[in-house]
Amino acid sequence: MTPIEGRVWKFGDDIDTDAIVPGKYLIYEASEIAGHIMEGIRPEFAGLVEPGDIIVGGENFGTGSSRDPAVKALQAAGIQAIVAKSFARIFFRNCINAGLAPIECAEAGKIEEGQQVRVDLAGGEVTVIDTGAVLEAVPLPDEIAGILEAGGLVEYLGREQR
Amino acid sequence: MGQTVSQKIIARAGGREEVVPDEVLWVDVDLAMIHDSGGPRRIWPMLTELGVGVFAPDRLVLVADHYVPAQNVGAAQILETTRAFAVEFGIERFHEAQGIAHTLMVEKAYLRPGMLYVGGDSHTCTGGVLGCLALGMGSTDLFGVVATGRTWLRVPHTIRVEIDGEVPAGVTAKDLILTIIGDRGMAGGLYRVLEFGGSAIAAMSVEERSVLTNMCVEIGAKTGIVPSDAVTVAYLEERGVEAEIGPASDADCDYLATWRYDASELEPVVARPHRHDDVVPAGEVDARVTRAYIGACTGAKYTDLAMAAEVLRGRSVAPGVLLQVAPASRAALAEALADGTVATLVEAGAHILSTGCGACPGIGSGVLGPGEVCISTTSRNARGRMGSLDSEVYLASAYSVAAAAITGKITDPRELIGVTA
Ligand code: SF4
Repeated sequence: MTPIEGRVWKFGDDIDTDAIVPGKYLIYEASEIAGHIMEGIRPEFAGLVEPGDIIVGGENFGTGSSRDPAVKALQAAGIQAIVAKSFARIFFRNCINAGLAPIECAEAGKIEEGQQVRVDLAGGEVTVIDTGAVLEAVPLPDEIAGILEAGGLVEYLGREQR
Repeated sequence: MGQTVSQKIIARAGGREEVVPDEVLWVDVDLAMIHDSGGPRRIWPMLTELGVGVFAPDRLVLVADHYVPAQNVGAAQILETTRAFAVEFGIERFHEAQGIAHTLMVEKAYLRPGMLYVGGDSHTCTGGVLGCLALGMGSTDLFGVVATGRTWLRVPHTIRVEIDGEVPAGVTAKDLILTIIGDRGMAGGLYRVLEFGGSAIAAMSVEERSVLTNMCVEIGAKTGIVPSDAVTVAYLEERGVEAEIGPASDADCDYLATWRYDASELEPVVARPHRHDDVVPAGEVDARVTRAYIGACTGAKYTDLAMAAEVLRGRSVAPGVLLQVAPASRAALAEALADGTVATLVEAGAHILSTGCGACPGIGSGVLGPGEVCISTTSRNARGRMGSLDSEVYLASAYSVAAAAITGKITDPRELIGVTA
């Protein structure tokens, strides 16, 4: 998988999917929700995020409701990867299935907002370009990497079918 | 090395003799549940994109609970799509406005010991109460299951949660699980299965046990499970299902940890806004409430309504407080109607809402406005969960919610039901 590079937005521990996409927006499609992303925790975020950006979180990122739009709206807003100390398991699965790279990196706390990072999924590494620091990440098991590489579960199953 | 009950269920579903924690494998799913919010409206377009239908309609349960009754045209369209999906793919087990999915899956005895069950909702873990492995997932995951009958899993480690002793009067399973979450933190069980056992669990009803499994997601767990026993079998048989005790963990299985609690030391607790792991004794909180909400898969079963009635009997809701009750299922409502529980609630001043998710996810009837302070039997209190970002939610048992409705402030309910703390 080609490494992903982008600018960092930093969030704390236990970021809840209710904060990422408040329930009242669930009636809409992900592309429409993108303009409200993170409203429950950082209302100005949706106006600042740019395509290619990367989110860095703490422990238990994406905890709470199983809502897929939390991942798909982040994607629609242009987020291309999420690095976190740990993920809530449903959110992690939702990322894989949507083709949005989730990277478990115990040292994610060392990354600062605004820095540029390079995420090497296959190699299990996150490099902070500003400082040159190389942080260890958990490589994805092959079974799961295949889904991500295909671009998500729909694409993966489509490929299998052919 | 022996296997835990969860390992055994995964091994069987994966066609294997045994599995080890952390390995990833594909498994066959015995039963899947999807609901109106994350179900047909999101899954159908993906099925169309792939050019496939529902793999096994008889292994799928479809429930409309989040958007009933429709509050606006958008919600009505979501419900229409849900109905059309049931017709198009011949889903016989489709229930609209009959109850909240997790309550129905247990109450209708769709779940059986040893099953591998997945649901398109994070509180799917509730189902573990019947001794099955109940895994919550998102819509795209469920699309995969609906299309192929299979999914991938990472085999979890198990934490044994051993609860002995007698649960004191006025204290509930809700107080127990909130106490555990308060102790361990909201990521304290991340990726793990919590397996409940001990003398307090053996003595507990399926309804109360289901509050423990329901809130396992609130501690980050993959799921919770109560390995089936005589109580499970009796519950299923009462519902006309032939049942027997299913798989259990081997004596020499490898638990990652054992958490022990003495139930006799428990007391009524609340989780303070805006974290469900900020748990303190109800008697120590000094806060006025404007809303008391009894609802959700977590806290509006018949047993919860009966607890509330015990507190409310012959009393009136305090001025300035709105008590709302949204029964978790039609069966819960019917039972509470039949024995006068509903009359007690209404006489005390309760506003009875529709059966469904209601205000719990901030979608249906009864959402909170700015400045409102609510005490609720639901499971989550993240900022804005039940409505306005400027509202506050305390989580508690039905006893404590009813007590606060009477006094207008957070109260140890034992004061009102003649139990000395
Ligand atoms: S009642 Fe609340 S917690 Fe239960 S399924 Fe509905 S939204 Fe989820």
